Amino acid sequence: MLRISRMKRIGLSGFYPWLGASLFLGLFFFYPLARILWLGLSSTSLSTISTSSVRLTFSVILFTLFQALLSTLLTLLLGLPAAYLFARFDFRGKSLLRLLTAIPFMLPTVVVAAGFNALLGPRGWINLGLMRLFGLESPPIVFVYTLWAILLAHVFYNTTIVVRVVGNALAHLDPRLEQAARSLGADVRRAFWRVTLPLLRPSILAASLLVFLFDFTSFGVILLLGGPRFATLEVEIYIQAVQIFNLPLASILSLIQLLCTLAFSVLYSRIITRMSVATSPRAAASNLRRARSRREKLFVGGMVALLLAFFLLPMASLPLRSVARLEPALGDRTAVRYGLTGDYYAELFVNRLGSLFYAPPFEALVNSLLYAALTVILSLALGFPVAAALARPGRLERLLDPFLMLPLGASAVTLGLGYIITFNKPLITGHWTLIASPFLVPLAHTIIALPFVIRSLQPALASIPDRLRQAAATLGASPRRAWLTVDWPIVARATLAAAIFAFTVSLGEFGATSLVYRPEYPTLPIAIYRFLSQPGGLNYGQAMAMGTILMGVSGAGILAIEKLRLPGTGEF
Amino acid sequence: MKPLSFLFLAFCLLLPSCAPKGPDTLTVMTHDSFSASETVIQAFEQANNVKVTFLKSGDAGEALNKAILSKDAPLADIFYGVDNTFLSRALAADIYEAYASPLLANVPAEFTLDPQNRALPVDYGDVCLNYDKAWFASHNLTVPQSLEDLTKPEYKGLLVVENPATSSPGLAFLLATVKHFSEAGYLDYWRSLRLNGVVVVDGWNTAYYTNFSASSGHGPQPMVLSYASSPAAEVVYAETPLTDSPTASILASDTCFRQIEFVGILKGTQHRSLAEKFVDFMLDVQFQEDMPLQMFMYPVNPAASLPEEFVKFAPLAEQPAVLSPDMIASNRDRWVADWTETVLR
Repeated sequence: MLRISRMKRIGLSGFYPWLGASLFLGLFFFYPLARILWLGLSSTSLSTISTSSVRLTFSVILFTLFQALLSTLLTLLLGLPAAYLFARFDFRGKSLLRLLTAIPFMLPTVVVAAGFNALLGPRGWINLGLMRLFGLESPPIVFVYTLWAILLAHVFYNTTIVVRVVGNALAHLDPRLEQAARSLGADVRRAFWRVTLPLLRPSILAASLLVFLFDFTSFGVILLLGGPRFATLEVEIYIQAVQIFNLPLASILSLIQLLCTLAFSVLYSRIITRMSVATSPRAAASNLRRARSRREKLFVGGMVALLLAFFLLPMASLPLRSVARLEPALGDRTAVRYGLTGDYYAELFVNRLGSLFYAPPFEALVNSLLYAALTVILSLALGFPVAAALARPGRLERLLDPFLMLPLGASAVTLGLGYIITFNKPLITGHWTLIASPFLVPLAHTIIALPFVIRSLQPALASIPDRLRQAAATLGASPRRAWLTVDWPIVARATLAAAIFAFTVSLGEFGATSLVYRPEYPTLPIAIYRFLSQPGGLNYGQAMAMGTILMGVSGAGILAIEKLRLPGTGEF
Repeated sequence: MKPLSFLFLAFCLLLPSCAPKGPDTLTVMTHDSFSASETVIQAFEQANNVKVTFLKSGDAGEALNKAILSKDAPLADIFYGVDNTFLSRALAADIYEAYASPLLANVPAEFTLDPQNRALPVDYGDVCLNYDKAWFASHNLTVPQSLEDLTKPEYKGLLVVENPATSSPGLAFLLATVKHFSEAGYLDYWRSLRLNGVVVVDGWNTAYYTNFSASSGHGPQPMVLSYASSPAAEVVYAETPLTDSPTASILASDTCFRQIEFVGILKGTQHRSLAEKFVDFMLDVQFQEDMPLQMFMYPVNPAASLPEEFVKFAPLAEQPAVLSPDMIASNRDRWVADWTETVLR
């Protein structure tokens, strides 16, 4: 029976669920990528390579590797003790603290950049406070546009990966191994170094590689917090494409970037498959206890305070800064009334001729919401049939699955570059050109969101046991009724989670958008980026206000996904 | 609201085509620093029964790149704001339709760099270093009088300039140093400027309003790369009337670079005759007299009279650095790349 049904599925009818997604990915992902390949390797662009562009490429690659390596090490420095804290100790507010460290991972880069700016930037809380306190003329702490800003933001983003991957491994480690070592005479330290750490090595390696991959492809953080002095491959692609307008060089850099991420991903999946060392895993709870000795109490207390400060301060200073008037508006030389203000929010609705846009910045929020809604509709429509097919995988499914996940590996800036190269000419001669339509933005967002949508739908759809449906049928339920009572609650929940996922991804997307947005339809992240770099208290305040709104909306989205997640599914 | 009607609304907001039809709309694509008096633009709108919208698309270079990328489906009817440092890129990309405006007859020949009249000159100005008069007086320091002076130890850390990769005054100043020190020597000069603590920021706005000590930002640097007309702007925008400008320009020979800005009709426009009228309007006296106090550039139309503040506080350089457009065209990108590596990395 089973075999026959499998064989039927390989026929043409089995391909229907894949039709939409395949066409879409083909046209809006693989084709633009092929165009980059074509342009990057064409003879004309290879002939434009000069010694200075080779030197530039090498220095950019070196810096990309350097900052990613340094960021990864720093992330481990904070992440490993944090993982130990979460895996071994029980304390009040633990799940809340864990959530706090997880939120940054999905926050839009412009929000994180704005948050660090509000805390440590030249017009942030600490600098303005010190200046007023000591009557200084210029900000004492130089943080923004330094390497430290980049590194700290990366640690802020990725610590949760170490906490989850290493923490999970540590929590499920068989404690009897360590106990055996202790009973054989090893002290705590020796047992940790000789037994626990070697067992954790694969998970530490996997987490490091994942962190490295995210740092390697970092874009918004470098652009917003690193400033003109620093350029990773991603930023250089953007600079070459948008500012210098050297599309061949941008394509070459994109290809290098693609090759690197591909290599790292292959390495990562190799480590993952070797990770399952055969130790009898334990339920996490059996490793948990309260801090007992003074040293343990000191460790727990210290780590909790450190994590709270590190993760809460940037996120809290953003909304606080958005309602505080601490400096004069542009060109305003009269005395400033310091204090609480709602002006920055009110100003979002004002149409100022002298401002960056001839439309109020509030419209950027409306654009962003519309784009996000379109992304949700598109990615669900394309992703649902695929996820349903993947939930009962046949040969076709196993063959096509990896292709669906490829967009995860390509960077957003590369995608944007591909769109610029591909869609600046009409697809069919004489017809409208996509680059002139505002739809390019939600199309790019859909490509980026689609793997996430499929990955969060598929396990939920696969989790519905046939026995439940059969039981419902035996009890006399019609197929429709059985579907409504058995499938629907799970499907609805998973769909909602996937929809919020797509919505949040679209709302915060910056890399691809910065290349393909139409000037008259800016998104919220674009508006924040531009206002953040403008002088004057009013522009800065508006950037803070928009950042706060974006943080609120995406934060709510992240919490909702966290709530809707089925236990044990959807980890990375 | 029903889901379907919401969707329809969503598509309508995104698609300009289903917006309600009113008078014709003329779209002018330009850079972020464009500005004009509302009354002047309204005069044109009323005279021609047209609505003019301005599409600000980033700084001068970025805006031009957007225009080039979308040339097969132009986002606007007119592109204003390409200057002589980027003119070759615009002409090579072939984004403009030629238009020999009758008003070109008044414009001095030195400004018409495109003999085919695809790009028409509108305004010009000098990119120069500005200094904070009060700061230099209170520190008993003489104002530098040449590019070489800036590398002297007494001026360490006192100058903020813009990144030539992202800012047109930044590029102009880089070109001035190439002219003065020649291709062989300009990078050495920038190396010593870097050793002398030159501060580099992305755009003019940040340099002037955040870093410059004489602006409202009260920043740390008393010298900024700006325009010869900026001291006049300080007087015009002062909240309490000033008899003298708090800033002045260094006008010594070869320290300034002359910028000329152009306008052109974008290929594929559906409003050719309206676009022609708008180009004429930009070259005519009313707009040309409004522009100095809006964008702080000099009018190319000699019939336009200058505001008093300009005559008093915004003298032009007598010997600005000049490079031929051809030389700029063939070397610009390499100079910028080498500069980036020397000064930033």
